[in-house]
Amino acid sequence: MLYDVIVIGAGVTGCAAAMELTRFDLRVAVLEKEEDVCCGTSKANSAIVHAGFDARPGTNKARFNVLGSKRMPALCRELDVPYRNCGALVLCFDEADRPRLEELLRRGEANGVDVRIVEKDELRALEPNVSDAAVAALYAPTSAIVCPFELTAAMAENAAANGAEFFFDTPVRSIAPFDAGWRVLTDKGPFEAKVVVNAAGLYSGELHNMVSENKLTVTPRKGEYVLLDKKAGGLVSRTIFQVPGPMGKGVLVTPTVHGNLLAGPTAVDVPDPQATNTTQAGIDDLLARARQSVPTLPVFRTITGFAGLRAHVKQEGGTDFILGPVEDAPGFLDAVGIESPGLSAAPAIGEYLAAEAAKYLSAGKNESYRPGREPVYRPNEMPWDQRVEFIKAHPAYGQIICRCEQVSEGEIVAAIHRKPGARSLDGVKRRTRAGMGRCQAGFCSPRVLEILSRELGVPQEELTKSGGASRPIVGFTREGGAEE
Amino acid sequence: METKTMNLTCIRCPMGCSIRVELADGAVTSVTGNTCRRGEEYARTEAVAPVRTVTSTVKARGGVRPVVAVKAVPDVPKQSIFAVMDAIRAAKVCAPVHIGDVLIADVAGTGSNVVASADLAKA
Amino acid sequence: MSVHDLIVIGAGPAGLAAAIAAKEAGVDDILVLERDSVPGGILNQCIHNGFGLHTFQEELTGPEYAGRFLKKAEELGIAIRLNTMVLDLSKDKVLTVTSRENGLEQLQAKAVVLAMGCRERPRGALNIPGYRPAGIYSAGTAQRLVNIEGFMPGKEVVILGSGDIGLIMARRMTLEGAHVKCVAELLPYSGGLKRNIVQCLHDYNIPLKLSHTVIDILGRERVEGVTIAQVGPDRKPVPGTEETIPCDTLLLSVGLLPENELSENAGVELSPITGGPVVNESLETGVPGIFACGNVLHVHDLVDYVSEEAGRAGANAARYIRGELTEPGDAVPLRGKNGVRYTVPQSIRPAVMPEEVVVRFRVAEPYYDRYLSVYVDGERISHRKKQIVAPGEMEQFTLRRSQLGPDTREVIFCVEDQ
Repeated sequence: MLYDVIVIGAGVTGCAAAMELTRFDLRVAVLEKEEDVCCGTSKANSAIVHAGFDARPGTNKARFNVLGSKRMPALCRELDVPYRNCGALVLCFDEADRPRLEELLRRGEANGVDVRIVEKDELRALEPNVSDAAVAALYAPTSAIVCPFELTAAMAENAAANGAEFFFDTPVRSIAPFDAGWRVLTDKGPFEAKVVVNAAGLYSGELHNMVSENKLTVTPRKGEYVLLDKKAGGLVSRTIFQVPGPMGKGVLVTPTVHGNLLAGPTAVDVPDPQATNTTQAGIDDLLARARQSVPTLPVFRTITGFAGLRAHVKQEGGTDFILGPVEDAPGFLDAVGIESPGLSAAPAIGEYLAAEAAKYLSAGKNESYRPGREPVYRPNEMPWDQRVEFIKAHPAYGQIICRCEQVSEGEIVAAIHRKPGARSLDGVKRRTRAGMGRCQAGFCSPRVLEILSRELGVPQEELTKSGGASRPIVGFTREGGAEE
Repeated sequence: METKTMNLTCIRCPMGCSIRVELADGAVTSVTGNTCRRGEEYARTEAVAPVRTVTSTVKARGGVRPVVAVKAVPDVPKQSIFAVMDAIRAAKVCAPVHIGDVLIADVAGTGSNVVASADLAKA
Repeated sequence: MSVHDLIVIGAGPAGLAAAIAAKEAGVDDILVLERDSVPGGILNQCIHNGFGLHTFQEELTGPEYAGRFLKKAEELGIAIRLNTMVLDLSKDKVLTVTSRENGLEQLQAKAVVLAMGCRERPRGALNIPGYRPAGIYSAGTAQRLVNIEGFMPGKEVVILGSGDIGLIMARRMTLEGAHVKCVAELLPYSGGLKRNIVQCLHDYNIPLKLSHTVIDILGRERVEGVTIAQVGPDRKPVPGTEETIPCDTLLLSVGLLPENELSENAGVELSPITGGPVVNESLETGVPGIFACGNVLHVHDLVDYVSEEAGRAGANAARYIRGELTEPGDAVPLRGKNGVRYTVPQSIRPAVMPEEVVVRFRVAEPYYDRYLSVYVDGERISHRKKQIVAPGEMEQFTLRRSQLGPDTREVIFCVEDQ
């Protein structure tokens, strides 16, 4: 089978690329080493749609951030993905730092972003709970928050509905040119395509180096986060940054689209691209810095902590996204070093990579392309009468499985049967929020396992939390097992 | 005459009294520290032939759940706990099961029965 | 909107006892709402014995104990709606409920008994560093998997927290062939009952490591080990005491939290100490006609006390429905001091109090050879010597109406040296 395009990586960048590729008359495959979409950097980040004031003008980061964040509201509407334009403030704690705030203002203006500086009084009026020590702030009203899980899943669903084929648990081992394009060897056998899109996140450097003499080094940069209960969700109504330093945008405190409060990330370079563990030092550090912004941060309302790894590329003259054709590898398109603002930029990066592939292949438009995805029913968000009628017609939506987030059986079953659908506890969690609440799946995980088993026809003991060897159940207490 | 002193924590109720038992030639000569009669009973047994309640589950067929809760009555010798568990592990019953049903008689030669401690309806 | 005299939220031990008592007190129109597919609550998975000594003068297992109350409820014709989740409760006692069978609806109650129980504190709330692999369970979730579903959650087990559920699961996992390597407890004492230390740990030679905690979780997909360390008096890990224990499972028994989301929706004031509603002698919350009992009110050590307390809540709900609690008079606050963390109830209205009110309380840390004292406006009315009092075990005192006067200002419960 010769595909026109193989996308490697089903994170937010790969899924955006796949979705945009299906707008062209192209046969597309997506190879993902994990068991689901959104398993790497895309699932563990700040979930911010950055306004675009931070990146140096003229860089890919600036260009694609601004384009991506402009596209995001319409895209999220089209795909029915939770998105909220909450605005952002960058706090300046010291008059001595004011030049850095002004530098951000200039960058923002150069990037075409709506930004202005607010003084202490206005800042306090906007956000009464930010630190009294903040003397001024940069205000970016167009900054937003999004659900990165649903965004990634939704773009994948759109791509799949328009013909892209997804292959999970399919890690790439080697890539070599052959006469028709590229032969991609995976654990699930060889795949061939005329064009390869490298959207492999932390592994994108490794893949790039398989085909190019111009070697790249991707360094995993760990960011640890703490997620607080919805009871703390109203502490701030905008994303609160601090004046950035050399390792990134610093620690932020932000509401999430689902009403929680998120604090993080740290920024520590680590050698291991799988080191998604949190550390005591990291948690202590991020909480201390988050408290600088919001001194009353109620740490006792923590419901979980997590760490994500960003793909950081060391380059001369600063760091930037490496995007597009690889000079010495025709038909190989890179998306390397997609760290922040990668989520914000994803829609624009996808569009660009798809256009490059189409240009290379002289592909025409896919006349039958359909935007959007299968409707997602969220009874909690429906008006009362509609909700009553909907549950009457679909009784499984009346059965609550996850108490904390009030997720119904109907929503879980639907998430399992979407394409691509959830196959694991985490897959269900990312799509429905079942298990994401304050009890952290204590109550619902046995029930979700039951539903997954029933809907997928897979015995419970073979199901996983997040693929691989992550089996929650190791066997039966009695011979004969689950047979009832 | 060989005398021995044992310090026990009573497990008969949540009070957890500290009880001192004096033995002479393997026979209990005095019990102190208990605050009720059950405590004395416990200490006298615990000092010479300790027993425990064993609770577990037995594999059930045709029920709404794959296992049913059980307990061994009366309590079994402490050293027989794992033999009782082996017997429980090997047993199979068919739903429906009712509280009090004897599922294993004279379990592991202890003279105790394993009885259902929960109902299990037919699927 | 259908209207009921009394709606009880939860058909666990508290809800069942409350409904039974209300029925026996003459309330006919009672509806019990239960989110699970079977009534009985957490008792269904508590298959160990030790329940019912106070209530039935015999030792029962959890399902047996629940069974007795269920039988009674059945005999009294109390309606229990299963698989029914209460999504919201308003201060006007309108409940928004949902189920597969009846869909989404609103119910109006004249009185409500909150009996939703509690949930376990999860790993995330502790900020334990490390990976987030499969194999980390709260002890109660593991208990459900083993005892109800017949699944083994793991084979090589470390347990953090020596609360009773942790201790019970140490024994349970051992009996099922797992190797429980140790129980680590952050505090210098166990929060569990002494008898559970003996019969769940000592009997099986399972080490209890006091003043220890888990400082790292290893394994990206499935737990491969945990690192534990000793903690100092500040409860922070002591450098150099780290020990990595290979295991595939970490069970957490690190505290229970009353589940009061619905109470909060109804505007019920919660105690920051118990996490449950602030109640008066009638176990009535700050919202008239909404009562609370069982672990949603405060976490209990024994189900017998839950049943007794819930019976009072149900009976008082019946009085409320009959209009007997409408002229309450002034409330006398009950306060815990000097080592007594809290009392339930938090206040008493002498005008409506029955002859006796049971006051339950917990101490802040273990005390040896001290006195538990009760003062009414500075006058000591009770002075009981205790060899040991521990936070894991509830204490109680029966306050009589004759001990309170019309001008009583406060009642103090405290620990005293002499």
